[in-house]
Amino acid sequence: MPDEIKTLSSQLAQDPDSLVFLRLGELLRHKGQLDTAHRVALTGLERHPHLPDAHDLYARILADKHDYERAFDEWDMALRIAPDHVGALKGLAFLYFKIGDVQQAAAHLEAAQRVAPDDPGVAQALAMARGGEGGPADAEAVAGGGATEALTAPEPIAPAAQPLEEARVFAGLEGAQEGLLLLDASGRVLGGALKDSGGRDVTDAVAAYLAGVSQEAARTVKLLGLGKWTGLAAEGHHGHVHLAAPTSDALLLVVRDRAVPMGRLAVIAQRAALAARRWLEAHA
Amino acid sequence: MTAPAAAYGKALDLITRVRSVRGAMLVSAEDGIVVAEQLMEGIKGPAVSALAASLAARLRRAMEAAGVGASLFWHLQAEQGALLVVPTSGGTLVVAVASRTSMWDWCASSCCGRRR
Repeated sequence: MPDEIKTLSSQLAQDPDSLVFLRLGELLRHKGQLDTAHRVALTGLERHPHLPDAHDLYARILADKHDYERAFDEWDMALRIAPDHVGALKGLAFLYFKIGDVQQAAAHLEAAQRVAPDDPGVAQALAMARGGEGGPADAEAVAGGGATEALTAPEPIAPAAQPLEEARVFAGLEGAQEGLLLLDASGRVLGGALKDSGGRDVTDAVAAYLAGVSQEAARTVKLLGLGKWTGLAAEGHHGHVHLAAPTSDALLLVVRDRAVPMGRLAVIAQRAALAARRWLEAHA
Repeated sequence: MTAPAAAYGKALDLITRVRSVRGAMLVSAEDGIVVAEQLMEGIKGPAVSALAASLAARLRRAMEAAGVGASLFWHLQAEQGALLVVPTSGGTLVVAVASRTSMWDWCASSCCGRRR
């Protein structure tokens, strides 16, 4: 194994964009070199932020370091990018067992089994969760152990959701194909598109990161007794963004450079939200 | 009171003095734990801080992916008020909870006004 680590490290040094970091991170994790594994996974994730296997690897390292909250986020992110990712489903099942939510754990294992019916680890954990031999603690061990197998048999990356009739959602609105994005609650792109300053399409990446924002915003303002959330405006180093909820199940993102004042951005967002609401109602 | 705690208290005091601000917190951006707080009774600091940190993390990732860079300031607007957040370079978030009438005062005096 040390030789393999050396070889993989050398390969990664020669080609930092290589996916070899997945195997290297996993080997280091198995060896208990968690800090090194953490660095390798994080560097890989920075280069491949849309790769579910990278989030899965990072989550397993975090779980080994008992950082369960961030591990949850990473597996959650992997699932948002690839909803059928078996490693992430098993990882989340493991975390649900950890907190004693056997029902949720079983639901995730069932989802994993639908994708990988021949995975013995999933079947065993599921049997235990359903009250077979062993108990939740054993099932937790199986689910957690099972999660480590994801990289030896990597799951294919799910194809990105295709925008639906994107041109029609924001027809006639400024920046419809580069600075407006409409998502559903799970982060699926319903319309619009985003490009970064280099002209690269970043639609799916941004959509994946924004999945769940609407629900979190709603929970936050509810907790504070502030009524419904109406928008989220943010200033960045190179641009401004505005988020709005045209309906309770949808999220609208408007991105503009810093030359556009926040007030103007809010007006653009308001118009786009109106167009999106009409479009969503028409397609309901 | 230790020196950092006193400094935090002073910083929060400046924010909570603004009319209608219901409370302010310093929150660890990484794990959402409250570092210091000055909140009106009834505000669940740990829960709000955890959600604010989670939102901040999602927003940062989305903004970086969109090419606009990390957020300098963001505010979550609601019917009856807002949550205002300023990420700092030291890995903390300055979080203020404001009722409807106060948020622009706070923004103008403590955040946008200072930077512009």
